Amino acid sequence: MILAAVACVGLLFALSLAAALSPGVARASFLVYGASAALCIALGIVGFVSLAFPVGSAEMTLPIGLPWLGTHLRIDALAALFLLLLGTGGAAASVYAIGYGRHEAEPQRTLPFYPGFLGAMAVVLIADDAFTFLLSWEVMSLLSWALVLTHHRGEDARRASYIYLMMAGCGTMALLLAFGLMAGAEGGYGFAAIRANGHSPALAAAVLALMLLGTGSKAGLMPVHVWLPVAHPAAPSHVSALMSGVMTKVAVYGFVRVAFDLLGPLPWWISPVVIVAGAGTAVMGILFAILDTDSKRVLAWSTIENVGVIFAALGLALAFRASGMPGLAALAMTAALVHAMNHMLFKSLLFMVAGAVLVATGKRELDALGGLIHRMPVTAVLALIGVTAIAALPPLNGFVSEWLLFQSVLQSPQLPQPGLQFLVPAAGGILALTAALAAAAFVRFYGVIFLGRPREDAAANAVEADRWLLGAMAGLAILCVLAGVLPGFLIDLVGPAVEIATGAQIAPQGGNAWLTLVPLPEVKSSYSGFLVMIFVAISGGGTAWIVHRVASRGLRRGPAWDCGFPNAEPNTQYGAGSFAQPIRRAFGPVFAARETVVMPPPGDLSPARHEVETADLSWRHLYEPILGAVDAVTTRANDMQFLTIRRYLSLVFGTLILLLVGLAIWN
Amino acid sequence: MELIGNLVLQALQMIVVLALAPGLTGFVRKVKARLTRRQGAPVLQPYRDLWRLLQKEVVLAENASWLFRVSPYMIFAATWVAAALVPTFAIGLQFSWTADLIAIVALLGSARFFLALAGMDVGTSFGGIGASREMMIGAFAEPAMLLMVFTVALVAGSTQLSNVAAYLQSDAVGIRVSLGMALVALVIVALAENARIPVDNPATHLELTMVHEAMVLEYSGRHLAMIELAAMLKLLLYMALIGAIFVPFGIHAAGDGIVGLLKGVVYFLIKLAASAVLLATFETSIAKMRVFRVPDFLGAALMLGLLGTLLLFVSRSL
Amino acid sequence: MQTYAFDISHLLAGSLVLVSFMMIYQDRLYALLNTFALQAVLLAAAVAWQAFIQGASHLYASAAIALVFKAIIVPWALHRLVQRLGIQREVETVAGVVPTMLAGMGLVALSILLMLELTTTTESALAREDLAFALSVILLGMLMMVTRRNAVSQVVGFMSLENGLILAAAGAEGMPFVVEISVAFSVLIAMIVIGVFLFRIRERFDSVDIEAMEQYRGERRS
Repeated sequence: MILAAVACVGLLFALSLAAALSPGVARASFLVYGASAALCIALGIVGFVSLAFPVGSAEMTLPIGLPWLGTHLRIDALAALFLLLLGTGGAAASVYAIGYGRHEAEPQRTLPFYPGFLGAMAVVLIADDAFTFLLSWEVMSLLSWALVLTHHRGEDARRASYIYLMMAGCGTMALLLAFGLMAGAEGGYGFAAIRANGHSPALAAAVLALMLLGTGSKAGLMPVHVWLPVAHPAAPSHVSALMSGVMTKVAVYGFVRVAFDLLGPLPWWISPVVIVAGAGTAVMGILFAILDTDSKRVLAWSTIENVGVIFAALGLALAFRASGMPGLAALAMTAALVHAMNHMLFKSLLFMVAGAVLVATGKRELDALGGLIHRMPVTAVLALIGVTAIAALPPLNGFVSEWLLFQSVLQSPQLPQPGLQFLVPAAGGILALTAALAAAAFVRFYGVIFLGRPREDAAANAVEADRWLLGAMAGLAILCVLAGVLPGFLIDLVGPAVEIATGAQIAPQGGNAWLTLVPLPEVKSSYSGFLVMIFVAISGGGTAWIVHRVASRGLRRGPAWDCGFPNAEPNTQYGAGSFAQPIRRAFGPVFAARETVVMPPPGDLSPARHEVETADLSWRHLYEPILGAVDAVTTRANDMQFLTIRRYLSLVFGTLILLLVGLAIWN
Repeated sequence: MELIGNLVLQALQMIVVLALAPGLTGFVRKVKARLTRRQGAPVLQPYRDLWRLLQKEVVLAENASWLFRVSPYMIFAATWVAAALVPTFAIGLQFSWTADLIAIVALLGSARFFLALAGMDVGTSFGGIGASREMMIGAFAEPAMLLMVFTVALVAGSTQLSNVAAYLQSDAVGIRVSLGMALVALVIVALAENARIPVDNPATHLELTMVHEAMVLEYSGRHLAMIELAAMLKLLLYMALIGAIFVPFGIHAAGDGIVGLLKGVVYFLIKLAASAVLLATFETSIAKMRVFRVPDFLGAALMLGLLGTLLLFVSRSL
Repeated sequence: MQTYAFDISHLLAGSLVLVSFMMIYQDRLYALLNTFALQAVLLAAAVAWQAFIQGASHLYASAAIALVFKAIIVPWALHRLVQRLGIQREVETVAGVVPTMLAGMGLVALSILLMLELTTTTESALAREDLAFALSVILLGMLMMVTRRNAVSQVVGFMSLENGLILAAAGAEGMPFVVEISVAFSVLIAMIVIGVFLFRIRERFDSVDIEAMEQYRGERRS
């Protein structure tokens, strides 16, 4: 199987190269994206087969890379699961891109990087030594950076890509340090060697902190999330879908691989850090999603939220595992992995919807849109599935992972540490708050874009997306519904990966009566998405039928009532800003919201204005001080450019002496 | 044979909740009217209203989409299914394990989601104001509800309502201050979710502070009937929920026979009547609060849920 | 009986904590005073229950003192004070209600944690639990004093803090009655002194908002 995976990756890189070497070829976009889609499907099949029917060799060493190390590759269940995720997301994004790419002004800025980006992500997943992992991680970062720069003429995109590059650099640095610590003085960089090393609690904590920074900055964990809401939306929509849906999951994979697999047993006090980081990220992410007025940025903030949810579940799994409860750890881990899968499905779908809207109207500002349900009926249906899924509503898939997570939160009283016993319910409350706010955010997203009346001409004249776009979105939407209605199969599929991470699995779910989920048979909590859907469909459909048969079916169109004062101006509708107002008020201090009403003086005919200012406090309190410090240091260091030669020599000499003294003390 | 009996029981439950819901609303209105020394409409008035609405033709706004027409049935179906899964007069029903308390909350969340979308569909300012406020209220009510669920699940060891009701019916419970707090939290959530005073006024039809009514302003005819019926069902659901968790006496368990079943129904009616009187009394004795006080009010419920959980840990760890 | 002994004292002590939260939630003075009276009644009940299960008759006297002084006399006096000062308007809180309550939750969690860590399981469950709740009530009282600007509500916070002390004392078996009485009287005197001061403050500054005083002393330059 590994051979097939390596072949796919090789072909993806070759495709990149070919696209770079032959810029002017007609239908290049179709060929590159089509081939990428095929290769992604192949990768997905490799992942699925290795997960469900593990046959054939799963390990391989290539004689390239570091001379004494080579390149170790391996597909275990964990890697296979994420390969499946990558394959699905990549295939959908590539099919979408076949249609979307036609609207690109400069396809040559996307085509050479796109297949390589997919390939690099695949290598991160199958890497079995630190060097390969880090190298492919860096390639993944750089290629995605290049993709963010596609629309390089926009000031926003340039700034976004600059911030992204900085953050990615810092993240890789943290990962480098983490792997260095894990490899120890002997420098065993193979994962097998790292696994065999014993790690002291202090070292493990340091590694985990570095991993939180390194993978967290890629996944969007607060406060190292700042690049994500600017960079993800700046890329073309199919790349945004990949970055949000898949690349953040690759980062999650990195964290899971290190924290659960390579580091071995960890002390319990690490878990609260992860839980707090996750829950905090979740609630902050969704609050900013509610505030933002750019359709793709809303989705990017919501990605941050979902990553937070995943990390909270991972923290819970760490806590259970540290206390010797593998069964419960498996439950939390299942929740995390299933949510990762689900999030890939619905977030990719929604980014594609935003892209389709962008193609149809040229607008990303929510307040320019409206009423698209009439102009883009199919997209509207698919988008509805997406928002229902992401708002964690039954019977779709978002709710399944949310439910599993709450079930594992409910088991927290079994933890022996009182601190965790208090923390976990509070975190559970925050996650519930997050879920409810997500519903609000996506009512706003859908309502402002698709419902109501068009706010600008661009929205009024939109046309439905083409069949490639619709096909890709429909595929993801169907998967969302399937994963929600038949969650048992997805959970069983995830099982072997969970086993690697936590040493246990939850009871198999696929064979339960009525496809019910009963994760912990002794607790008897159960949920059947299948039956819920059947019941809702039957009672809703039946009622509609009976009402139409028995009571009335008359229908007349008339002007809107609106309490007798309908106003024809479309901007009297509730827009993105006004919809967010109650929540902005209630959570004002969180984003330093300041509202001012500017009233013109008497006699002045200019309109009064209501202005809202919000800020991401992590900029103000974390990054600006750091930037200030860096600025101060560099200004100081600037003086060093103008020294006499004697001074330079003494500097060099002093450094040498310092190093020698350091060496003497060290030994 | 047993399966058929169980199915009949399940169907009975669905029909009972549906049949009783308008009567319950009518009863609350009647008690409120009497408390303010008005005669009030007859208890059966809501049935007549619904029937009248069902027969009227629908007047649809010109730019209303298909979502606007489908939503009433979605909302009604989600609420009805949720109501059918709450133990009213009997526990251990055929499909009671379909959804636990968390899923029931989420089903009601679905109903809210579609109601808010429908509110935004026509593109009027009232619809938007209602939708945005409803989602804010929901954002606070849902976590409060979940923490309440947490407390109850800690006591009863399950989130499955049938199990919870069965456990709380037994003598193993004792007196728990945490359950008291959970009760208060649930009552606050129920008031907010059902658009009752002090959060929203169910009797208003033209007011800048209205929430629920603002969202359904554009509805008429059978659509309005479905939404009204869903709201009535929701009221019944919350009352049944409070009854099933906090006063679980007299609920019919499997194997109690037909007498037990009748007893369950009678107890259920008594509980509904009692909570209706309490609700009406509460509503007439309190004023509606400002919209921006609502987060404080629901925040209190959230705190209560959390406090209940914390206090439970004390008694468990001793 | 023994099974309910714990349940009921848990119920009463837990309700005391709950009422402390209700006091934090109140933003009107009269409602605050009523809530305080409710807390005193609950305290009296809790102390009386302790007297009953411990068989310590002097605790009945404490309960009676709590009932008479704190549930009736003090609220009544403060009521009149508020009336005469004419400050029935809203209480100004420094932070919002929800953040304050969140801080309160943290304090309760902290006191429970402390109790679990510091006391051993060999001590009676009743005493441990009482201790945790009493500490919560004390901390919440302090929180209230910190977050309120109005002098009257600060007094109420102080009294509620003292309620926590009595709860702790009642739970710890063998607190001498004399100590109790002296505490009760000192509180009463404190209240009288504060009452007198309130009038003085008000005569001087025409307000009982203590920030006005800070401005006068030049501590607050804004």
